[in-house]
Amino acid sequence: MAKEAVIKKKDYHPVRSAILSIVLLIFGITMIIPFVWMLSSSFKYNNEIFLYPIRWIPQPIRFSNYVEVWTEIPFLRYYLNTLVYSLIVTLGQLFTCSLAAYSFAKLNYPGRDKLFLAYLATMMVPWHAIMIPQFIVNKTLRLYNSPWSLICMNLFSAFGVFLLRQFMLGIPDELCEAARMDGCSEFSNYRRIILPLCKPGLATLTVFTFNFMWNDYMAPMIYLDDDKIKTIQLGLAAFRTLYKTEYGLIMAGTVCSLIPMIMLYVCAQKYLIEGIAFSGLKG
Amino acid sequence: MKDTPKKERTKSKGFTKARRREIISGYLFVLPNFVGFFIFMMIPIVMGFAISLTNYDGFTKMDFVGFKNYIDMFKDDYFIVSVKNNFLYTLITVPVTLILSTLLAVALNTGIKGSSLFKTMYFFPYITSMVAVGIIWTLLFNPTVGPINNVLRAAGTANPPKWLLSTKFALWAVMIVAVWKGVGYYMVMILAGLQGIPKQLYEAAEVDGAGPVRKFFSITLPLLSPTTFMVTILSVISSFQVFDLIQIMTEGGPGRATNVLVYRIYQEGFQYMHYGYASAMAYFLFAVILVITLIQFRGQKKWVTYM
Repeated sequence: MAKEAVIKKKDYHPVRSAILSIVLLIFGITMIIPFVWMLSSSFKYNNEIFLYPIRWIPQPIRFSNYVEVWTEIPFLRYYLNTLVYSLIVTLGQLFTCSLAAYSFAKLNYPGRDKLFLAYLATMMVPWHAIMIPQFIVNKTLRLYNSPWSLICMNLFSAFGVFLLRQFMLGIPDELCEAARMDGCSEFSNYRRIILPLCKPGLATLTVFTFNFMWNDYMAPMIYLDDDKIKTIQLGLAAFRTLYKTEYGLIMAGTVCSLIPMIMLYVCAQKYLIEGIAFSGLKG
Repeated sequence: MKDTPKKERTKSKGFTKARRREIISGYLFVLPNFVGFFIFMMIPIVMGFAISLTNYDGFTKMDFVGFKNYIDMFKDDYFIVSVKNNFLYTLITVPVTLILSTLLAVALNTGIKGSSLFKTMYFFPYITSMVAVGIIWTLLFNPTVGPINNVLRAAGTANPPKWLLSTKFALWAVMIVAVWKGVGYYMVMILAGLQGIPKQLYEAAEVDGAGPVRKFFSITLPLLSPTTFMVTILSVISSFQVFDLIQIMTEGGPGRATNVLVYRIYQEGFQYMHYGYASAMAYFLFAVILVITLIQFRGQKKWVTYM
């Protein structure tokens, strides 16, 4: 640690780092400014939104866009639908993926490695390449236009298995062995020893799955036809086509759709970042 | 899969009770996940190819047509245009995203003040949905009243591009948004890679009098190459799967200007119910991704340094 500090001091050029900071800041503003514009527009009257120069703080502040979003279309319904689907899928994935990961990481049985290889191989198959046969499978199972199509398809995930397996490999086998000696069943091994130790991995998978389910657009679009079962992204897209020129309203709807993800981001950014770093290192 | 346990049972007569219990629990633990994996991944993968050899329309027709769909594909102008668009999209977005995210990651990794704030800013677009992003940017790009063209006009451009309404600029507009959304994501991966480079190497280089530029090219880039390799593969794959942005921003238009592979598959499969033809294109998509990935794995020996 002390060494690092020394190097940093030697490396420190006030002018260079000031320039760097400015460049980084400009870049950061480019990333954020569309959202700021969205937020500010959501409080404006339609005719004010495109005024130039842009007035960032709306005058007067108009809250009625937000009221209308929730009353004009069944936004609440879309919200709750998405929340329920996401929760079921997230819990389901935590269960099925951690069990499978335990089996791949801590148990020895014939065919295990071949099976795991099959999981790895399918991670290479893009979802879009199999969406048509998958649709036919769902139709055959009479799941089309039912939220269960979406839920069932996402209840398992090769990524989740892979992520949790990696976590469990890092837990010493001796812990399980000792428990087995004491007569613990595999399930209680998994439940009492392994699961508590891979909480960070479970948190990462939770955040990822929830984010994915909340933002997913194409699969809900293909599978969910009834308005009653639609998700927030479908609702938002439909809302936009319906109220083509009601820009303030559309922006308010978009802000509402983003709130849960922003909350997730604030609370669990660490786990999101860990998960992404993990997918970059899997090679 | 099914007969492995049976075979094992006869073979494993000599196994202890504990060993047998381990084998059984091994299978039982995989089972819940495997059921879904089998029904929704493995069956479709095989079935997709079978369907691509037929003229299945989802209802009545299902005749075996051999490789007709694959041959038709290459005579289909529309398809060729979508492939061309997609390759252009990949060729531009992948390198631009890669270079930007590497530069940002390296800059943040110097331990500059406020780096965690910057990281949060860059990463933010990643967690937002493509639908939301597409909606916001469509308005920003509005040719007559949108803020982007307002700024361009104020800066003296008399005839700023019509962006999403122009066949020439629409794809570029989508690419700008794609890069903007992806940079933070790949930057996080690259940051993780940077943190794996031993600090002593930089110390040694400094003792030898190397400046920051020299250090970047002689230490950072070579030792980062395994991560760069992985990021390239992932971003190429995702560039061939672009759909949501296109659907929200342009619906493949104007004309065919932003029609890409997955969008074309979606149109044929889910709008016209040409399951057979669409499956053939989907297999083509898979083949393209597979071949490009394999080529990259072949090529990696030339430039990827593993420690």
